[in-house]
This record gives sequence, structure tokens and C-alpha cells, in this order.
Amino acid sequence: MADTLLDIRDLKTWFATDDGMVRAVDGIDLHIDRSETVGVVGESGCGKTVTARSILKLIDMPPGRFEGGQILWQGRDLLPLGAAEMDKIRAREIAIVFQEPMTSLNPVYTVGAQIAEVLREHEKLTRRQAIDRAAEMLSLVNIPNAKARVHDYPHQFSGGMRQRVMIALALSCRPKLLIADEPTTALDVTIQAQILELMQEMKERFGMAIMLITHAMGVVAETCQRVTVMYAGKVVEEAPVDALFGNPRHPYTQGLIRSIPRVDRAATHKERLEAIPGTVPSLVDPPPGCRFARRCRFASDVCRQAMPPLKQVGPGHFVRCVL
Amino acid sequence: MSRQYLIRRLMIAIPSLLGISIVLFTVLALAPGDPFGELASNPAIPPEVAASLRAKFGLDDPVWTRYVHWLVAMLHGDWGFSFASRIDVDTLILQRLPTTLIVIGAAQLLAILVALPVGVLAGTRPYSLFDQIANTLAFIGFSLPTFFTGLLLILIFSVRLDWLPMVYRADLGATGWRWFVEEVKQSIMPVAVLGLFQGASLVRYVRSAVLDVVRLDYVTTARSKGIGERKVITRHVVRTALIPVVTLVALQMPVVFGGAIVTEQIFRVPGIGSLLISAMLSNDTPVVMAVTFVFACLVVLFNLIADILYGWLDPRIAYR
Repeated sequence: MADTLLDIRDLKTWFATDDGMVRAVDGIDLHIDRSETVGVVGESGCGKTVTARSILKLIDMPPGRFEGGQILWQGRDLLPLGAAEMDKIRAREIAIVFQEPMTSLNPVYTVGAQIAEVLREHEKLTRRQAIDRAAEMLSLVNIPNAKARVHDYPHQFSGGMRQRVMIALALSCRPKLLIADEPTTALDVTIQAQILELMQEMKERFGMAIMLITHAMGVVAETCQRVTVMYAGKVVEEAPVDALFGNPRHPYTQGLIRSIPRVDRAATHKERLEAIPGTVPSLVDPPPGCRFARRCRFASDVCRQAMPPLKQVGPGHFVRCVL
Repeated sequence: MSRQYLIRRLMIAIPSLLGISIVLFTVLALAPGDPFGELASNPAIPPEVAASLRAKFGLDDPVWTRYVHWLVAMLHGDWGFSFASRIDVDTLILQRLPTTLIVIGAAQLLAILVALPVGVLAGTRPYSLFDQIANTLAFIGFSLPTFFTGLLLILIFSVRLDWLPMVYRADLGATGWRWFVEEVKQSIMPVAVLGLFQGASLVRYVRSAVLDVVRLDYVTTARSKGIGERKVITRHVVRTALIPVVTLVALQMPVVFGGAIVTEQIFRVPGIGSLLISAMLSNDTPVVMAVTFVFACLVVLFNLIADILYGWLDPRIAYR
């Protein structure tokens, strides 16, 4: 545990809405070690993005609020920190890349100016130095002709190129942790592979840890060492990547893995892709038992009565299921 | 922003100004009464004299001949002659225009100075106490017409308290510092009435523009950069929110000039607006024509300025 960078304990991020309190993140435990790539998977609305934004405190408050828990960054709890203290962590220690490269950059500033802004803030560089460093970062993320392109505006870049710019921006202050919130979801498949490869390359170069949020199990299998599966604001399974794919214990994880499209099988066996029946339950006043019970084919009365605890089933392998 | 674009925009302004002048001229020609209307009813002047005067000034010519005459004269820099004031129209307008521009300019400046910070603060803290107070005041502000608030202010500050002069005087006796103080004192009420009226609606626009921008992804990106909330708001929110507001301010200029006419009338500001009204009342057609045309030119000019600012604020807009 000496090398733990981030340790989230029992985090609860709730949102006040007209319908009641939405428990988007309801008691999450998650830890990330130095230089490790951790995948966080789950379907839309399971609380992945809220968890990511909670770490950097990018949640709008109100309506959001931290109902409890701790976010320990190298042993120090981030939740009670004030805005000024948080700003020293943002970008310099923990950086984030968002899902939508088309809208994540400000259209009225050049990409160079947007990268330079963060460098001037945290590294006290002059305008010139910062622009030079921005150009370096752009060439590092394989943007051709970087020296000229620092002076271009975001609309002059394609989606994939903008995501490269976002990665350059995120890595410009050499953070220890990069949170990638579905960085490839909005991109073409061929570009997705390039971006994942780039992130891998950057990781080898800078040695930062990556928290990769995605709903693509294939991406997880390729890039992560450890995986946390989330469902309806809760962690349902956590395991090293081999154990998760080799021996998935939670019915939800099993469903996720079965729903990966397989080109080889579909062609020969003509099987239909397996979907998990039903939808995510409402996060307003969720029922007391296991949140997956309603969609689970193994569910029994025990499951509906009380939330099963997270139990260890193997080395580093935890599952929230009675089975 | 290229020079060609600017030249082209100025060229486009010519047909629109021509069109405006045709409409204005025709409407004025159709309106009842003309500068010599009074002569006809004056028993001291024989009808033949009146008729020959009318013929001499071409008042009985068809509208289009008169328009061409007016246009040719205008292009030669001859704005016509004011029958009521007995001086050239351009001299008359040049006497009045600076006062109007100063009052309107100060009022717009006041409107922007009030609306920007209030709108931004309200937009970044939606539904807070500050937002609700600002909204309520803005609502009251643009619901009350200027002629009402103007009279109310006169009643309070001039009649009851006697702090400020009731009438705006162009010929202040004082000089130097004293003149400046007097000038400011007499400008306070007209500028405040016009400026706060404009500012009230502007607050609403700024607020909604800020509300739109604050939710955008790149603002979250900016927050994740650890540059502090103030820089996030000023650099990333206000800068983009200003783009629609600039257009709005420019497109509101006709309304501002319209409001200035009323305000000038209430406070007796000797500006171009009160000139227009007195010219209308005395059937002084050349002055009415010239003043409305000046208003049209100003509106066209502000539209051009808005387009230029727009391109400067938003790099996505290319001028070709």
C-alpha cells in the first residue's frame, strides 16, 4: 500500500433534483497505485463519470454534494480542501481528459494558448516559454507540424486531433494521475485505437497512472492492469484484468463480458449478441437489496433484502454478490 | 479581418442607405403638411405669392423628382435649409449631434458597466438571492418607460430635493472645472434614465448568455486546469458569452436612439432628438429628413462595428 496514489473510501456523491436525491455515487471504494492503469467500467449512468469528476471536485454544487467518504490523494483527503488548495492539485497532480473532444476546448482561443495557460499558471513560465512548451507537447502527441499548429484554433482540428490536443493539455504539467473519461467514445474506431496507443505511449514516457473510464470491455482488456466494475452507483466487482475476464464472479460482469461483440464467433455461429435484460434502476431511493437483483437471473430473496458486502474471492479480486 | 472585407461592407452600406432614404423621403412626402402649409392659411400672403414660392422650391414636383433633387444636393454636401431656424441643416445638426452622442454614449457605457458584472454574477450563481434580486430589478427597470422614470427622477431630485437641475442647458455660463461639474450634474438624470433602462434588458441578455456558456464542456476543462474560478469566469465564460451580447448591443442602437428622443424631450436636452421633434412640430421637412437619415447612418455604422467586433471575438467566423 506504500505506493498508493489515490484511495477513494466510501465516496458518496449525491444530487438534489426535483424528483428527490439521486445517489449517483453511493459508497465507492477505489484505489490506484503509482503508474498503474485501472479501468472503471459500467453502463451509462452507473456513476463512472461522477466518480471521476468528484476526484477533481468538478461537480456543480448545488445540485451535487458530497454526502460522505474520503478521497485520499497520497494520504491527504481532498474533500475538505478549499478551492485554492484544489487548484494546486488540478492539472499539476491529477489531470483529466473528457469524452467530447469537439466541445472540450474553448473555441475562441488557439490550442497553444489553452495549453500555455495551464503552464503559465503552474510552472510560472513566460508567454514565449509556455507557447514553446505547448508546441513541444503537441509534437509529443504526434500532431504534425506542431510549431505552426499551436497558433491554430480548435475548429481547425479534426476530432481525433482535438483529443490529442486534450491529452497534450492534460499531460503538460506532468501529472501523476491521468483520468481519461471515455476518451475514445466519441471517435471513429480507427482513431480510437490510435488514441489508446498514444495514451499507452505517453504512459511509458511519463510514467503516470491512468484511470480509464469506459464502457468498452475490449479497451479494458487491452490496456488495464486492474478493473473496477460499477453498477448503479456501487462497485460490484474489482479484480486484476486476467481474473476478471478469466473468472468473472458477478452476474453483471459476466453479462458485460458476454455482450462484447465477437467478430469471429458471430460469423461462424450466427449467434445473437447477448444483452443484459432490463435497465438501470432509479437512483432515487434505491431498494435496500442488491441493485442488480431485478435484472439478475440468479437473484433470490436474500439478494433483495440486504446489500451484499464486498467479499474477497481471490488475490485482489473482490465481488459484491452472495453467490 | 481583411481590408477587402471592410471595403466590401462599406460598399454594401451604400444601397441600404439609398433604400432607407427613398423610404424616408416618400413617407415624408406622403405626410400631410409642408414648410409652406402655414403660408396657405395666412391671409396676409396672397395665394399667388404662396404658389410661386411653392413652385420656386419645387414643392409641387412629383415625389421622385424631388427625391433626385434631394439626393444630388446631398451628394454635393448640401443638406438643405431649415425653414424654421433659418440656417443650414448641416450646421443645425452639427450643433446638436455632439450632445446626443455624449448623452447616448455615456448612457450605453453606464448600461454596459452595470449589466456586465451584474449579469455575469447572476449567471454564475443562478437562482441565488443575488440572481433573484438582480432579475427583479431588471424586470422593473425595463418595464418602466423612460418618460415615467424621467419624470419621477425630476420630481424627486429637482423639485423635491433640488439637488439637480431640471433642464439641460447647452449654454452653461461657467468655465473650466465649474463647467465640468455643472455638465455632470445636468447629465446625471438623462444618462441614468436612458442607461439604466438599457442596462436592465442587457442584464437579462448577459445572464442568459453566461448561463448558456457556463454549462459547456470547455468550462469544465478550464476548471480542471486549476487556474482559479476567477480566471475561468473572465477568460472562458465572459469572453464567449460576450459574442451574442455584442450583436445585441449593436442591434439595440435604433431603440437607444428612439429612447434618446423621448429622454431628450423630457429633460430638454438640446440634442438631435429634440431637434427632430421640434422640426416635426413645425413641419420643417428638410430637418426631419436629415435627422432621420443621420439616425439611419448611425444604425448602419453600429451594425458594421458589431460585425467587426464579432469577427474579432469569434475566430470561427471568417470574413471573405
